[in-house]
Amino acid sequence: MKRRSWLGQLGLVLPFLIPVVLFSVIPLLRGIYLGFTDYRFGFEMRFNGLENYRYMLTDSYFWSSFRVGAIWTIGTTLGQVVLGLGLAQLLNADLFGQRLARILVLVPWAMPPVIRGLMWNMVFLPDTSGPLNYLLMQAGMISQPINWLNSVAWALPSIILVGIWGGLPQSAIVLLAGLQTIPKELYEAASLDGAGVLGQFRYVTLPSLKPIITSIVSLRFMWNFNAFGLVWTLTQGGPGGRTRLPMLFAYEEGFRYGNAGYAAALGNVMVLVVSLLVVLYLRKELKESEA
Amino acid sequence: MNYRVKNLMAKSVMQICLLFFVVFLAFPLVWMLSTSLKPNPEIYSRIPTLIPKEPTFDHFRAAFGQQDLLSGIYNSFKIGVLSSIVVLIITVPAAYALVRFQTVINKSVMAWILVSQLFPSILIIIPLFVLLRNLALTNSHIGIILVYTVWSVPFVLWMMRSYVKAIPIELEEAAFIDGCNRLQVLSKIVFPLLVPGIVASGLFAFVSAWNEFFFALVLLKTPKLTTLPVYLSRFTGSEGMTRLGPLAASCLVATIPTLVVFTFLQKGLVSGLMSGAVKQ
Repeated sequence: MKRRSWLGQLGLVLPFLIPVVLFSVIPLLRGIYLGFTDYRFGFEMRFNGLENYRYMLTDSYFWSSFRVGAIWTIGTTLGQVVLGLGLAQLLNADLFGQRLARILVLVPWAMPPVIRGLMWNMVFLPDTSGPLNYLLMQAGMISQPINWLNSVAWALPSIILVGIWGGLPQSAIVLLAGLQTIPKELYEAASLDGAGVLGQFRYVTLPSLKPIITSIVSLRFMWNFNAFGLVWTLTQGGPGGRTRLPMLFAYEEGFRYGNAGYAAALGNVMVLVVSLLVVLYLRKELKESEA
Repeated sequence: MNYRVKNLMAKSVMQICLLFFVVFLAFPLVWMLSTSLKPNPEIYSRIPTLIPKEPTFDHFRAAFGQQDLLSGIYNSFKIGVLSSIVVLIITVPAAYALVRFQTVINKSVMAWILVSQLFPSILIIIPLFVLLRNLALTNSHIGIILVYTVWSVPFVLWMMRSYVKAIPIELEEAAFIDGCNRLQVLSKIVFPLLVPGIVASGLFAFVSAWNEFFFALVLLKTPKLTTLPVYLSRFTGSEGMTRLGPLAASCLVATIPTLVVFTFLQKGLVSGLMSGAVKQ
């Protein structure tokens, strides 16, 4: 009987497993291997050990793209989760305009990243026909229009803003669902013990949401680090590589210059960096929840 | 008394914050809508206005006059529908089997779902590109449907599992006792109960294909075959700047399907994410 159910399961799972193994698991393993070769599209492939990584250490483009990637990932993840938590609180309170806000949070989420980028291009227009420049000048905060996406100083902060805008809603909705599962009695008990609004947030809300926050931060971190389409449409990595995230760099190496082996090596380093950081973060969170 | 004043103040602060969020979230979309309805002189005016003075549908007409936009919409729609159908056909039985029979396969599949989130798509696309080229499937819709299917399968399986888990096993046992065979239990009890979950998962797969950009950029080269996001991405930089009106109109048209789907999907998506997040 046990044997039969095992076979029955295999029969149902097989149509799922075969394509996943053929077109996902095997290519992925092969991709990891390619990172240890000098493969170029259309040429013979030769195993070259750690040669790609030795070259990477001297490649200033590599260092700058990972630095940009780190700033982008930390900035967007932090913004998405912290502001998401704030918005979730507001959506959970009894406020005017809440229904509208609950519909609006769906908009950035539902949009293809490419369109998010194109849309913000219109907000960021470099002269005064762009609404951002016009409003800031009217308010007297800047004296002349800024070319946001082409400025060495402003390009990265600008795309981080757009990244936060795009990811904030999803975080907020998931956190809101978490907030709604916290029993009201907990807040009443805390308030009887003399906790104010901040105290309730710190001793009731945060601990209750901890598992959700942990998983959102980890997922967001991975997704943001591997982002592509949004930044591609906003800046294509410019100006001068100031917004060239690791994925954009690897794409250019692989599909513009044909250095497939090096691009795969970059992919390997990306996996290594992300998994290391996520593991460190999860370990810290687990330790804290045990303490 | 003091407490009430404090409460009122806290509430006003929160109200202002919510207003700020609403403006932040809505403004870019409202601005794009406004751009799509403005005649050109108003779009490039040095003193921009939010409300078009002389609203016009010219840009929508121009956008729909573009053969490439129409074929982009058609291609995206076709690829989205076909890939989500394939995803459902292979995922629904698998999700059922994984929940109902706990064996060694479960752990490896679940581990794969988690691990696959880690990998950047660059790592999979290079070998996949070579593989598909050898099969003569680059620059073809079959190839991209295949890629989208395996790419969205992990999350859809994750969602479907929580829907299967929600069906009490006692229902199935009762049907067995009443003399149903396995096939009847599946078709008369399990399947009807799974329909909402299947709809939500299918819509999710459709939206991820509709929104996807990277694989399509690499795999589809002919303008005639390309998807909507790849078509629209050509209007970045100076090319888009000169045609902002039609671009805004096209973007709005491309957003509407996902927006409609997400309004339906919201609850299912959240519960799918939550079931992963809360039970660790």
